[in-house]
Amino acid sequence: MDLKLKIWRQKNASERGRFVNYKISNISPDSSFLEMLDVLNEELISFGEEPVVFDHDCREGICGTCGMYINGRPHGPDELITACQLHMRKFRDGETIVIEPWRARAFPVIKDLMVDRSAFDELMQDSGYVSVNTGNAPDANTIPVQKEQADLSMDAATCIGCGACVAACKNASAMLFVSAKVSHLALLPQGRVEAKKRAALMVAKMDALGFGNCTNTGACEAECPKGIKLTNIARLNREYYKASIF
Amino acid sequence: MSLAGIFLITFLLVHLGINLLVILNEDPMVFNRAAHFMGTNKVIKIFEIVLFGGFLLHIIYALILQVQNWLARPKRYHKMTRSDTSAFSRWMIHTALIVFAFLAIHLADFYFKAKFGDVGETSEEGVHDLASLIIDKFQMPGFVIFYVASFIFLGFHLIHGFQSAFKTLGLNNKTYTPVIQVLSILYTIIVVGGFTAIPIVIYFQ
Ligand code: HEM
Ligand code: SF4
Ligand code: FES
Repeated sequence: MDLKLKIWRQKNASERGRFVNYKISNISPDSSFLEMLDVLNEELISFGEEPVVFDHDCREGICGTCGMYINGRPHGPDELITACQLHMRKFRDGETIVIEPWRARAFPVIKDLMVDRSAFDELMQDSGYVSVNTGNAPDANTIPVQKEQADLSMDAATCIGCGACVAACKNASAMLFVSAKVSHLALLPQGRVEAKKRAALMVAKMDALGFGNCTNTGACEAECPKGIKLTNIARLNREYYKASIF
Repeated sequence: MSLAGIFLITFLLVHLGINLLVILNEDPMVFNRAAHFMGTNKVIKIFEIVLFGGFLLHIIYALILQVQNWLARPKRYHKMTRSDTSAFSRWMIHTALIVFAFLAIHLADFYFKAKFGDVGETSEEGVHDLASLIIDKFQMPGFVIFYVASFIFLGFHLIHGFQSAFKTLGLNNKTYTPVIQVLSILYTIIVVGGFTAIPIVIYFQ
């Protein structure tokens, strides 16, 4: 495949940045999106130019590190995948691909396509944990948990913290991420105890970090590589109201 | 925000019900008496204050919300979003501004006229002839088009707003959300259909 790439280049956090156009040829449709960028970077290095900086680690969709906005969609034109799981066969030969970093006040650009997502870590450090004493591991089945609850909790726990929800949201809101964390803890006995307090604290922290507010547009759900559902946000809202009323 | 929105949604139904009297009843006095009652009754007077409060709350929260949301993304994407979302939800603030402009003009035209302006008296003591005022206004094609267009934009605002408010309140699950979705479309059709029918029917009568 021959492709035209339009990639955001920015030296550091304070530089303004701009788009640079590249041409790349002989890309296998079976290669992954990141492999395509590797090929580009090899070429750039051979010309003595700076390679394009982008985040990546596991390259199998489990770490949540790779994040980029590809042709108007976080993680590019496919459902339920991360950028590292995207295949080049999803593009047409000769297509122009626009690649941008996540855009959010809370995720400042570090360099090129790499953004600083430590706001997510700060959220978890602030209040995204269980602090009650849960004692030793109990014997199996002494604390009954409904199968449905356990499943919902496990579904919410599949969030990999990639930030696609923030990147996709027109308000750069972190509600889907926060709701996944609040839900996976609130649905199990150990996390249940502090559920409403945790919801109130995490929402306050999210606002303080400069994320936007949820208007139920649903771009987060549409783009989440792990299929985290909007119903988690409703659960977060319920816990939040409980905290503010009772 | 959501509660104020749901409150406004209920208000619109009441408002529509009374206004439909203008075109559904041959005798203009029926509407005039209803409007007289709404304009003078003590309980309704209190509700009127609550209603203005509801609008104010909704608008103030909306502005704070929108400004925060714009600030949360200082640099926008070069490529327009291709995420699978409803256009109505993306254009809420824009439809809101149109509805707001309409509201200002609408209040100046009818509400403040009825309250402070000179509207012709009818044969009945103290009852003003609002029906004739409305019928006169809707003889102008420009006025009719402006009203119809505004209601369509109000519909766009409501089709997302109605179901969004329930999600904001924490109600979103497999059983109820599809029902709410259908209700939101039905409600929007009734409100937009009803309100647009009034100027159109009057114009062609
Ligand atoms: C007068 C001018 C109005 C303004 C400036 C306004 C503004 C807004 C804004 C900015 C939003 C949130 C936008 C978003 O989701 O991105 C909103 C939501 C909403 N609006 Fe309005 N609006 C107006 C009139 C109305 C009216 C007349 C109604 C109902 C009859 C209404 C019902 C709603 C509802 C139900 C929501 C959703 C609330 C939620 O999800 O929490 N609005 N409005
Ligand atoms: S909710 Fe989905 S999109 Fe958001 S951080 Fe978690 S995995 Fe990524
Ligand atoms: S690199 Fe780990 S999810 Fe893509």
